[in-house]
Amino acid sequence: MKAAPAPTGPYGLMAEFDRPDDLVEATRRAYEHGYRMMEAYTPFPVDGLAEALGFRHNRIGAVVLIGGVAGGLGGFFMQWFSAVIHYPVDIGGRPFNSWPAFIPITFEMTVLFAALAAVVGMLGLNGLPRPHHPVFNVPRFALASRNRFFLCLQARDPLFDAEGTFRFLEESQPKAISVVPF
Amino acid sequence: MTHRDPESDSAAEASPVLAPGHTYGTVTDKISALVLVRPYNWRWFLGLGVGFALTMMLLLAITVLLVHGVGIWGVDVPVMWGFAIVNFVWWIGIGHAGTLISAILLLLKQDWRTSINRFAEAMTLFAVACAGLFPLLHLGRPWVFYWLLPYPNTMALWPQWRSPLIWDVFAVSTYATVSLLFWYVGLIPDLATLRDRAKNRWAGYIYGFLAMGWRGSARHWHRYRTAYLLLAGLATPLVVSVHSVVSLDFTVAILPGWHSTIFPPYFVAGAIFSGFAMVVTIAVPLRAAYGLHDFITTRHLENMAKVMLATGLIVAYGYLMEAFTAWYSHDPYERFVQLANRPFGPYAHTYWMMLTCNVFIPQLLWFRSVRTSALGLWVLAFFVNIGMWLERYVIVITSLHRDFLPSSWAMYHGTVWDYATYYGTLGLFLSLMFLFIRFLPVISISEMRELVHETEQDQERRAEQLSTEGTVS
Repeated sequence: MKAAPAPTGPYGLMAEFDRPDDLVEATRRAYEHGYRMMEAYTPFPVDGLAEALGFRHNRIGAVVLIGGVAGGLGGFFMQWFSAVIHYPVDIGGRPFNSWPAFIPITFEMTVLFAALAAVVGMLGLNGLPRPHHPVFNVPRFALASRNRFFLCLQARDPLFDAEGTFRFLEESQPKAISVVPF
Repeated sequence: MTHRDPESDSAAEASPVLAPGHTYGTVTDKISALVLVRPYNWRWFLGLGVGFALTMMLLLAITVLLVHGVGIWGVDVPVMWGFAIVNFVWWIGIGHAGTLISAILLLLKQDWRTSINRFAEAMTLFAVACAGLFPLLHLGRPWVFYWLLPYPNTMALWPQWRSPLIWDVFAVSTYATVSLLFWYVGLIPDLATLRDRAKNRWAGYIYGFLAMGWRGSARHWHRYRTAYLLLAGLATPLVVSVHSVVSLDFTVAILPGWHSTIFPPYFVAGAIFSGFAMVVTIAVPLRAAYGLHDFITTRHLENMAKVMLATGLIVAYGYLMEAFTAWYSHDPYERFVQLANRPFGPYAHTYWMMLTCNVFIPQLLWFRSVRTSALGLWVLAFFVNIGMWLERYVIVITSLHRDFLPSSWAMYHGTVWDYATYYGTLGLFLSLMFLFIRFLPVISISEMRELVHETEQDQERRAEQLSTEGTVS
């Protein structure tokens, strides 16, 4: 997808807002107008913004659950396998599968794998690390990590047309609109 | 301070978590300037220098230990757990406050945690690093530490899963890993801020590399928030499990003074108590040195003081119950340790100093004037730090040095190398803390921006409420 022949046009158009509420409003408007290939950028998580983009559910919860279950089962299996199958040691006739004593490590492994899954899953689904991205080509985008709120409508959206989209964005009364070059 | 109206949540107004007048821009500029703009000054060099010198002493002590073995320490029959275990438990306990602040208070939606969670998490990491050194050095042959881990080996051996000492290996290493992940994930948006604001090219590259291309996309934030919340949810039971497992190292032994069911909750409360004391010990000078009074307000100090008071009372209850259970049990050995040897034996001065530092002095926290005085609180926290170290000393040493057989009784004292290793880890902690303060934002910038946003929304809502109330009445 990214390896398309050297694109000639811009990556998209980017509108800049002062207030998070204005950005959410503009995003909702763009979504209602039919734009789908767009992304909003903010210096902190803004409630309702992802929903305005049409992004409601992420899969982090499922990833963490899988990680935790795998860690827990794996942790218990490791102890059970070594104590019952691989190297059983008879200590005063006590049961090899002394499962209550295996619980603490099972718990720790559950937490460890769930936490690793949360971080790796979050980065992986976000497509990070990714040092270069077209939005960084806009000099004012540096403010996206300070106090400005950006909406970028991408050129690959079928509704996108340089002039029409520019005019559409203007109606939301942004502080500025920039062309995002590749 | 004005009178507090119990009917409304005016506590926030009485002493806010963020001084008024801040915007997204000002919090960003002020906190990132601590890292990017502020010139090096002699105070920072002095602090790092002291820490570094002590770290060198730690390296010397470790080198001598590796050459000569644990015989250079004071440990000998019957006290085979000396300073190393005391220091391990002390350091790991300190770490707990960081996780409590960052995870449990996040889940409880306590917005006052925002400005102290970053350095409290850093404190956790550095404290766990110092803690981890001690059991490893105590092994006798630290270079085969990996025997503690399950790994394929030619001896076909496995760790002893039924031993709390192995549970400890898993608990502490999981705790260290999860704390690091939590801290790093929290840092990513701030690293992006530093990347975008760095004037120095190399600083920009390094922060950019660490930020991994974070660009604040709404979809990214959505996943980020879920992941962060889940990490907090995972860290919460984890932190409780870690000190519980540490306490099981003691309680599973049948030694009088150790073999007690109150240990896990009492250890966890003690850990939070000592950890908050350490947070105060760091926060007060940090706030004074860098003028962070807008972000670390009186409300923070007061809340931390309240947590210390509450957990300190749980610890006091633990002491009381240990003594009561010993008396009630009619077990002569328990009674001897708890009611005779600890309060009146050769280590009585340690025991009474512990009670003074952990139980008597913290009662001053009932007074509001003490809770809101930065200096008073700082001095008090120092006593708690010392008291909690003494507590572990009392637990480890007094139970071991006089056990069941009087013929094997002996006294224990730390040697110069014990002290060198302990003060050395204080230096390591100090050095890491100073490096952290210089190169990473000590307060979470993105969370402060969120706090500004929430404060604004609150004000709008309150203004609306007032106007509607006005029309109704």
